This record gives sequence, structure tokens and C-alpha cells, in this order.
Amino acid sequence: MIEINNITKSFRSNKVLDGLNLVIKTGETKVIIGRSGCGKSVLLKHIVGILKPEKGGVAIDGLEITKLSDKELNLYRLRLKIAMLFQGGALFDSLTVGENVAFVLSEYTDTSKSTIIKRVKESLSMVGLKDIEHLMPSDLSGGMKKRVALARAICTKPKILLYDEPTTGVDPITADAINDLIIEFHDKLEITSIVVTHDMISAYKVADRIAMLYAGKIIQMGTPDEIKNTTNPFVKQFITGASAGAITDRENLVFGHVQD
Amino acid sequence: MRGIQERLVSILAYIGGLTSLGYQATVLSVTPPLKLSRFFNQAKRIGLDSLPIVSIVALFTGMILAFQTTYLLKKLSSEIYIANLVALSLVRELGPVFTALVVAGRVGASITAEMGTMTVTEQVDALQTLAANPVKYLVVPRFLGMVIMLPLLVIYTDLIGILGGFTICVYKLGVTGSMYMAMTFQSLVLKDLFSGLMKSLVFGIIIALVSCYEGLRTSGGAEGVGRSTTLSVVTSFILIITADCVFTALFYFVF
Ligand SMILES: Nc1ncnc2c1ncn2[C@@H]1O[C@H](COP(=O)(O)OP(=O)(O)OP(=O)(O)O)[C@@H](O)[C@H]1O
Ligand SMILES: [Mg+2]
Repeated sequence: MIEINNITKSFRSNKVLDGLNLVIKTGETKVIIGRSGCGKSVLLKHIVGILKPEKGGVAIDGLEITKLSDKELNLYRLRLKIAMLFQGGALFDSLTVGENVAFVLSEYTDTSKSTIIKRVKESLSMVGLKDIEHLMPSDLSGGMKKRVALARAICTKPKILLYDEPTTGVDPITADAINDLIIEFHDKLEITSIVVTHDMISAYKVADRIAMLYAGKIIQMGTPDEIKNTTNPFVKQFITGASAGAITDRENLVFGHVQD
Repeated sequence: MRGIQERLVSILAYIGGLTSLGYQATVLSVTPPLKLSRFFNQAKRIGLDSLPIVSIVALFTGMILAFQTTYLLKKLSSEIYIANLVALSLVRELGPVFTALVVAGRVGASITAEMGTMTVTEQVDALQTLAANPVKYLVVPRFLGMVIMLPLLVIYTDLIGILGGFTICVYKLGVTGSMYMAMTFQSLVLKDLFSGLMKSLVFGIIIALVSCYEGLRTSGGAEGVGRSTTLSVVTSFILIITADCVFTALFYFVF
């Protein structure tokens, strides 16, 4: 179980998270939606412990990770349980695709070479790629990079998977295959997943629960059906994708028009 | 007043950051597991790949020194000391400083650009989520590579520089080769060599720490990478020259 208690995070004067609370049960797939720049990626980085909150805490299976220093092996063992797919892929561009996917196995475990090669092949084929182990990340298309990054995240067989926009930048067929993969991880491997996405089709399909992040807090959380039938005007504008509504009114935004 | 205070605080914070990075790098350098292949890659990049430009700089420095000292010593009619002056200036001063400046510009800049790009494209974050310590994985091989290769490069510079002086003196100024070499080795004592190597060790630490520190604290996309690369080279230059001044004074007064 992941418990996020009242975390606050600012960058200079920009308050991104403002007393945010969220609980993700073990084995659950939680989808987090919210506008661009509202702090979804920042939230994920707090859960893997790359960013530390100013206030509040994050506990994973009862272990308070914000208090642990980077050094503490504890966290390292924990980090192998948690994997994150970065929004931009974040592949190491000095390593080949194969070395990227195998990174943790070859650096931090004594897994034999042949097992590693097999695991890399397996992970790549799960995301619909094959025979590209020898390529460099710079040789790949944007969508392929994202899929290789996903393969790297799942290669260690983590217990918790954080996806930062897994379906952005890939074609609709691959996007749906990734949705299916997330669902399989949920059903067969009982992995705890947090999926950040703008893609409402994907959100409805994979989520046990959807949470909407707005103004530094979770403003509503519910099953896909509850979210579809929401009465909250902010959530409503987001999921229907209207260019005018509560969110834009509150921010005094008028856009999508040519100025007279 | 306020401005000065803030600047002072930021300078102290910078030095604090460098020191802490240096401490971590030193501790992690001797903490197993040590991956030698990563160290060798960096050693090649810092040492071997710098040989061409270092050779050119060293050769011409030696030649220029020979001309300049001849000009001066002729006035004092003590040309026999040309070799001494060339050797001493190179080994004690110019060899370490010029090599360090060349390496800061060539390698320090590329380390910052590389690590800065890794930082802004979240590769450093990804390293952390994959249980790798960025200091251990990225800084340690570069730190060790620099600290070991720079003194070796400086010895090489000294030799090539002396060779440069040799060619000018022997072929243009009519000193005999054996005389030149004899004067060179007669003038150099262990202390001179030691002070030169001591300096180059410190310069190596400066370049490695500044370039890695700037790389890791890069923010703001491609422009940010450009900014921290410039900052890295400028800071290294300033610190190298400052440290050189301090060391020269120290060796002058103390030893
Ligand atoms: N390292 C950082 N330094 C300064 N500000 C940052 C940093 N990381 C994020 N921010 C700021 O935090 C806010 C939230 O960023 P974040 O990347 O979490 O948005 P997001 O919800 O993931 O958006 P998107 O859907 O576009 O990816 C932004 O205003 C951003 O400018
Ligand atoms: Mg994001």
C-alpha cells in the first residue's frame, strides 16, 4: 500500500503540491489525471523518492520513504521493487537498447548473461519490439523510445509500477496494447500501478480508480463510472475536454480564440 | 550591501556543494564494487584523446619559452642558462597550468555538457530509480580518470615542452644537444617536479568536481546545458589560476 500524506512541494514561489493526500491499495491500478503542468510527474517522483516534499510524507507498505537517505540500502532494495516509466523515456543514450533494458540486472544482480539476454528479449517483446537490442536510443522513434523505457521498467519484475503518460506519442494500436499490458499486470501479476495520463480512453479502460489532481490537491477520486458521471464542474470540464468551463473560468483563461 | 551578502552566501554554498561532492566521490571511489571498464573509458577520453592538442600546446610553449629567455639572457650575456629557465618554468608553472586549462576546456566542458544533458532529460533521475547512485555511476569514473590522467599529461607536457626548447636552442641558437640536456637535468631538483605534480593533482580535482557539479545541477533544457557548460569552464579557469597563485606562493615561501 502506498500512502501519500499531506505532501507539499514548491519550486521557488510555484506551489505545485499543496497538502495532497492519496492512498493506493496493493494490487490496485490508480489513474491520475490532470492538466498539463499541474504536478503529476512531480507527484510520481515523490513516490520513487527522487524528490523530497517540504511537508508531509510518503509511506510504502508502512515504511516512510521521505525520511530515508539515498544511501540507505533499504531504499535501494525498495527501489528495485518500484519501477518508473518516465514521461520522456529517459533512456541512457550512451548505452544500447539492450544494455538499457538489462541495466539493473547486469549492474546489480548476478543473473547470468544468458538469462539476462532472455529477460531482455521477453521484456521487449511484451511491448511489441524485437531485434533492436543493438540499436542506440538515438536511432529510435519517439514511440519506440517510450516502449523501450517501459521494457526497462518491467525487466526487473517490480511490485509497483509508475507510468508517466504511457500512451502519449505511440500509435493507437500500440496504445491499446500498452493498456492491455497494464491490465494484465494488474490481473495476473497483481502489480500496484499508478498511471498518469491525459488519454481518457486509456484511463477508463485500465483504472480501478481515477483521481483528478487540480491546484495541488486530489479534488475527486472514484471508479471510472463515478468519474464519467461526475457533478464536479472542474472534473467535468477536464474529462469532456471542453475549452470553456470551471477550470478555465477560475484561471481567467480565454483561449482557443483569435484575439480581435 | 544586500547584494554582496547574497553573493557571498552563494559562493559559500557553491564551495560547500563542491566539497560535499568531492567527499562523496572520494568515499565512493574506494567503496566496492569498482567497475574498471567505466574508469578506463574516462581515462582514455581524458588522457589519450587529449594527447594531440596537449602536444601542440606543449611543443610551441617550449619553443616560445626558448626564444623569450634567449632574448632576455642575451642582454645579460648568460645564454648558458636558457635550458635551466625553460625547464624550470615548464615543470613548475607552465606545464601544469597550460595542461589544466587545455583539459578544462576540452574535457571539462564535454563532461558538463554530457552530464547536463543527462540531467535535463531525466536520465539522472532514471539512474536513481534503477538503484544506481549517480555519484558512484557518473562522477567516480570521471573523478578518478581526471585525478590520475592529468598529472600524467603534465609529465608528458613537460617532456614535449623541453623538446620544443631543445629544437630551438640546438638548431637555431647553436647550443649543443648534450649541453642542453645536461643543463636541463642539472637545474631540476625533485622539489620542482613535486610542486608541479602537486599542482596538477589539485587542478585535476578542481576540473573533475566543477564539471560534474555543474552537470548535475543543470536545469532548463538545451539553453541550460549551454549555460552550465560555459559556467563550468569559466569556474574551472578561475579556480585553477587562483589555486596556482596560492601554491606558487606557498612553495616559494615554505620550501
Ligand atoms: N525540477 C523542477 N524545477 C522547477 N520547477 C519544476 C521542476 N519540475 C517541475 N516543475 C514545475 O512543477 C510544475 C508541475 O510540473 P509537472 O512536470 O509535474 O507537470 P505535469 O502535471 O506532469 O504536466 P504534463 O502533463 O505536461 O507532463 C510545473 O509548473 C513545472 O514548471
Ligand atoms: Mg508530466
